[in-house]
Amino acid sequence: MTSVSAPHDTGRAVILAALLLLALAAAVVVSTGMGFIQITPAEVVRVVAARLSGDQALLAGFDPVFPYVIMDVRLPRILTAALVGGGLAVCGVVFQGILLNPLADPYTLGISSGAAFGASLALVLNLTLLGPGSVPLFAFVGALATLAVVLYLSSFDGQMSANTLILSGVIVGAILAAGISFMKYLADEQVAMIIYWLMGSFASKSWLDVGLALAALLSGLAVAVYYGRDLNIMSLGGRSSDSLGVETARVRKILLVAASLTAAVCVSVSGIIGFIGLIVPHLMRFLVGPDNRRLAVLSALAGALLLLIADTVTRAVLPAEVPIGVLTALIGGPFFCYIFRRRQRGMMHG
Amino acid sequence: MAEHFVLDGVAYAYGDKRAVDGVSLTLTPGRFYGLVGPNGCGKSTLLDLLMANRRPAAGTIQLGGRPLAAYGRRELARRLALVPQDFTIHFAFTVLEVVLMGRHPYLPRFGSVSAEDLAIAEAAMAAIGIESFRDRYVTELSGGEKQRVVVARALAQDTPVLMLDEATSNLDIGHTLEIFQVARARVRERNDTVIAVVHNLNLAAAYCDELIFMNQGRLAACGPTAEILTPATIREVFGVESRVARDAFSGALQVSFRYGS
Repeated sequence: MTSVSAPHDTGRAVILAALLLLALAAAVVVSTGMGFIQITPAEVVRVVAARLSGDQALLAGFDPVFPYVIMDVRLPRILTAALVGGGLAVCGVVFQGILLNPLADPYTLGISSGAAFGASLALVLNLTLLGPGSVPLFAFVGALATLAVVLYLSSFDGQMSANTLILSGVIVGAILAAGISFMKYLADEQVAMIIYWLMGSFASKSWLDVGLALAALLSGLAVAVYYGRDLNIMSLGGRSSDSLGVETARVRKILLVAASLTAAVCVSVSGIIGFIGLIVPHLMRFLVGPDNRRLAVLSALAGALLLLIADTVTRAVLPAEVPIGVLTALIGGPFFCYIFRRRQRGMMHG
Repeated sequence: MAEHFVLDGVAYAYGDKRAVDGVSLTLTPGRFYGLVGPNGCGKSTLLDLLMANRRPAAGTIQLGGRPLAAYGRRELARRLALVPQDFTIHFAFTVLEVVLMGRHPYLPRFGSVSAEDLAIAEAAMAAIGIESFRDRYVTELSGGEKQRVVVARALAQDTPVLMLDEATSNLDIGHTLEIFQVARARVRERNDTVIAVVHNLNLAAAYCDELIFMNQGRLAACGPTAEILTPATIREVFGVESRVARDAFSGALQVSFRYGS
């Protein structure tokens, strides 16, 4: 909110943003070099520069497979992972802010269950009429339909309370989970595909995925920053934020829909990847304070970095690829327990 | 910017329960109003209606000759400030950041706080005596300390109308008097209107120019404190026996109650 309050000084946030940006750029280059075919960071930079400038002379002396590996295999995957990580983290900031609940994440309203239901349906029914894009498309439609139902269930008289939203999300999510179980039960050979999708993956992502994830991240981030100060004030509760000139009901709806759309695209592209949207906003809030405008920007950068590193670990470091959703849960879960205990101790002493 | 509030036949119901039932009132600038009545009599609902947080089911409310519903949220937030009864904040903003939220209705969307905004926020903190809290996290304050922060935020909003909804319920007597004195100073020095929901009749007697007694959603009595704070009104509204007399020490009216054995 301000640069005048010592504990939440702007300089610190700017430095952190610069560091994260540098680390992200370095991580992209290093990660692109890692894998079955080892490529040095300098070679990665030269190949990318050659492609961007069209100057073929830069490629002199390279194995002709390098540009293909870098530009068509690794970079789309790496960039998609980073953009999805950023998108999920921004959604986490918005959901935690609106639902006034630090345990909220992009999936609290059942977006992930809806996407999973849509994807499972496409897989079980073998719906390939739209080509390889059918599963993500069904996932996206499933997520949107779920959002519509949850919003309908939780609005009354033009108002939505945080609690009714969370409850509606839980109920709808439970119903969809039963539906997914039933589809798994009915499915034969597609069961493995459903399970694989549910655990999330960035394998064989294309530039189309990069574009979708980029659009989702940028639009979610723009809305979050635009309404960031309103969101700060909404943390005082609806009656107070109304009296401070915030159109609480309207802003809440806009933010919910924007963040849900971003989350829906992320999930459709990558499957269900948990804990990024939960932990990154916490970490950043701890470092730079609760102002949602800077929190959204920093969380986008940190979420991108974190998911990129996690995906690189499963792709190029571990002896066998662990599904990314499993990895983030295995690392993020215990870490979250740690934050949670710390918070409780802090409250008891505070 | 002294503006009258004019209520005419205002009613509001929660389902079948009539919370506010046919209230007509004129609130004049430069007066300190005490809103008094038993629990559930519609005081908070009436404040919500005055804040345009709820729309009356019947009747009209005008502020400065214009229907309340015709004002935009930000416009209204530059005229009316509210200190709510319950205050929770879920994230660790500092005290200064929360007080500066009172400047929100004046800030352009992408603008940041100006030196003037900062000066107003600091003056508000000084008036309530919380300058030393400036950089503390609101999540780490006690209930009473938080309540004082919220009052400072409402003062920073710099509005001609200030509404206090049991704003001193968590405060000790020293801080309670401090807040009532700050509110009274606004009325005397700036010709502001203060509308306070008060449960303590002696506080109401000491600070309010006029009292508005509510009972079961209706106006039970309304007028200058000295005229209507009587054992008869108190019996009618609260069903208790009392004596009202001028207190020699404070110079204010003093209500004593029959406590039973």
